Amino acid sequence: MPAPIRLRELIRTIRTARTQAEEREMIQKECAAIRSSFREEDNTYRCRNVAKLLYMHMLGYPAHFGQLECLKLIASQKFTDKRIGYLGAMLLLDERQDVHLLMTNCIKNDLNHSTQYVQGLALCTLGCMGSSEMCRDLAGEVEKLLKTSNSYLRKKAALCAVHVIRKVPELMEMFLPATKNLLSEKNHGVLHTSVVLLTEMCERSPDMLLHFRKLVPQLVRILKNLIMSGYSPEHDVSGISDPFLQVRILRLLRILGRSDDDSSEAMNDILAQVATNTETSKNVGNAILYETVLTIMDIKSESGLRVLAINILGRFLLNNDKNIRYVALTSLLKTVQTDHNAVQRHRSTIVDCLKDLDVSIKRRAMELSFALVNGNNIRGMMKELLYFLDSCDPEFKADCASGVFLAAEKYAPSKRWHIDTIMRVLTTAGSYVRDDSVPNLIQLITNSVEMHAYTVQRLYKALLDDISQQPLVQVSSWCIGEYGDLLVSGQCEEEEPIQDEVLDVLEGLLVSNLSTPVTRGYSLTAIMKLSTRFSSVNRIKKVVSIYGSSIDVELQQRAVEYNALFKKYDHMRFNLDVLYDLVSLLFQANDLLDLLGGNDVMPVIQTTLPTKPASAGGELLDLLGDLSLSGRTTVNGLKIEFTFERANPNPNIAVITIHATNTTEADMTEFVFQAAVPKVSHDLSVTFV
Amino acid sequence: MQFMLLFSRQGKLRLQKWYVPLSDKERKKISRDLVQTILARKPKMCSFLEWRDLKIVYKRYASLYFCCAVEDQDNELITLEIIHRYVELLDKYFGSVCELDIIFNFEKAYFILDEFLLGGEAQETSKKNVLKAIEQADLLQEVCGLCPR
Repeated sequence: MPAPIRLRELIRTIRTARTQAEEREMIQKECAAIRSSFREEDNTYRCRNVAKLLYMHMLGYPAHFGQLECLKLIASQKFTDKRIGYLGAMLLLDERQDVHLLMTNCIKNDLNHSTQYVQGLALCTLGCMGSSEMCRDLAGEVEKLLKTSNSYLRKKAALCAVHVIRKVPELMEMFLPATKNLLSEKNHGVLHTSVVLLTEMCERSPDMLLHFRKLVPQLVRILKNLIMSGYSPEHDVSGISDPFLQVRILRLLRILGRSDDDSSEAMNDILAQVATNTETSKNVGNAILYETVLTIMDIKSESGLRVLAINILGRFLLNNDKNIRYVALTSLLKTVQTDHNAVQRHRSTIVDCLKDLDVSIKRRAMELSFALVNGNNIRGMMKELLYFLDSCDPEFKADCASGVFLAAEKYAPSKRWHIDTIMRVLTTAGSYVRDDSVPNLIQLITNSVEMHAYTVQRLYKALLDDISQQPLVQVSSWCIGEYGDLLVSGQCEEEEPIQDEVLDVLEGLLVSNLSTPVTRGYSLTAIMKLSTRFSSVNRIKKVVSIYGSSIDVELQQRAVEYNALFKKYDHMRFNLDVLYDLVSLLFQANDLLDLLGGNDVMPVIQTTLPTKPASAGGELLDLLGDLSLSGRTTVNGLKIEFTFERANPNPNIAVITIHATNTTEADMTEFVFQAAVPKVSHDLSVTFV
Repeated sequence: MQFMLLFSRQGKLRLQKWYVPLSDKERKKISRDLVQTILARKPKMCSFLEWRDLKIVYKRYASLYFCCAVEDQDNELITLEIIHRYVELLDKYFGSVCELDIIFNFEKAYFILDEFLLGGEAQETSKKNVLKAIEQADLLQEVCGLCPR
């Protein structure tokens, strides 16, 4: 039987394959050869075969049949075999398969081997992939090695212990004695891994944390030596001595100093020293500064130190290196709540980051910007944020729009500014705003009484430009329906449209392909409302009757009701005001049901002819005496029913009853009842039953 | 560190070191998806990204991408230094390392990594000591292949 081909030979051969199929063929051929070689229990070439198998595994081919062979290699006496065997185990075995447990005994033996490189292999494998069972069995060996004077093994044992603790936290206690003089080591490898071990223990156990707090002075000393010591070629990185160790010590100090005044004070000086003396021209210096800033912000540091930290972050923001800018923004986001004023000082730099090319940086800058908005800077900030909203990627628009609305609500300097801002959002990012924005905005507009004329004029103009963004169209339709009289009356500064133009626009919405059914509903209602404000009633009647046969059931229903009202009007000859009031009431109900988003809105009007003429005082109630209005909808399991009726015994009171029922099996919390007073000259008082 | 991946510009894996227990299938899926995500990034973007619920740190050296997934509390900037240190070690060992060295001597690349990191953390911060250990282990392999018991 010829010797199996060498590893490098195989690699070379496979790389000559020109197609995936060719490669697969070569692999299959070689796998077959390897399999038969395994079957023959060939000790000489097992190592070579497994190595080849590992290469093929990396290419993505199955290699599970080599698992047991790895175990045999690990058990071999040859170092070469062990090296490949352990590598194979780490690549091919995982703790979910029981076969990995077969390793345990080999590892145990190798942990006690006379050659440190064999012990090293065992420690490495255990620390990389040891399962909980293996860790339980072998923790004792690891603990022994943690106490050895051989620094090569001691450092590995420390990290292996970290892994054991992660897998089996209950075993943490047994490593405590061995940690006694870990920090007295001179060897940086041991120091580094010891600090990692101590960090792990302190993070997992408050008792350990208390116990190790006394190490703070020692850690401070070690850190000081690193900074003050002269050039050490072995550990130097761009003029800084062992940055890896410095960073780990800073992190451990953070954990020890957190919520402890004494420890925090003890490390105050060294933190200030690191913060001011570290060279910042290269990434390595900035890495240390970054860790220092995180520590300063997390412990109980004095305010001077905190300001120093934030200023470092501010400088980071100006760094050319985008990685540095990224970590700065991340850190500032974490501290903006607690150190708001200090972060405010860097506001303009943060806002500049909105223009960065990197998506992650932009997102952080946006979040931070919103966190920094307040009553003083709202105008300037909003300008920048609206500009950002204009030009940002679609993935940001929804969040940005929401943020703008929230900020505007909290800090708007004037109502006009507020409405202008909302308009801007609707026109630039209208398709991205959240669903609940529409009712919220309508609410806002309703409450800004003095702005009605201005608002409806601007919204009308926006509609002339663009009818594709549904939230904008919906809000505009509603406003035009509600304040259409102001729109055509000349109250606005610019040339006012005539009634027919306005109706053209609203009718345009009804027929446009761009309008969603919800939008169509809004425009039909708006058109109907205008029948009480405009004089072109016939035109409106015509439109409404057309939609009485619309395919859209919702639209059809509305149109039919509105038609009924027109018929009523013909027969009843009311004065316009009363009809207006009645219609308003119905529309409020309709709109409210719209706003609730119910899919099965069913306003019902039953009408009968009146038998007595309208009387002076309670025309509305007379109407109500003849019409019964009710509406019903269910949204997300909350069933709402409206009824309008005349009160008994006081006929001057109209009673609007709302029944809200929870039709789901779960509890409903945070039920909020809001009542908007309709534009009628009646008082509204609310009684809960 | 949860894992480290080395891959070429064509998306071929050259090294994969996993420090968390995952099945072969899961590893394959993660590798494939992450590699695609990183290869799609433009050169001017920063070296850090959030992917799924992981923090990813990556850097390109010539034709190879070095990519690590680190924990939430890990310092991204020092992770870049870790990656750089590993590249320096490979460079010193192979003498001006290139992708081909890593392809044909992948097992050596693993051995070097395993002398530098253990369980996802740095075990040795001195370049000299790591290289010395590898040298000695190689010698042990060459000279006798047998271990004195």
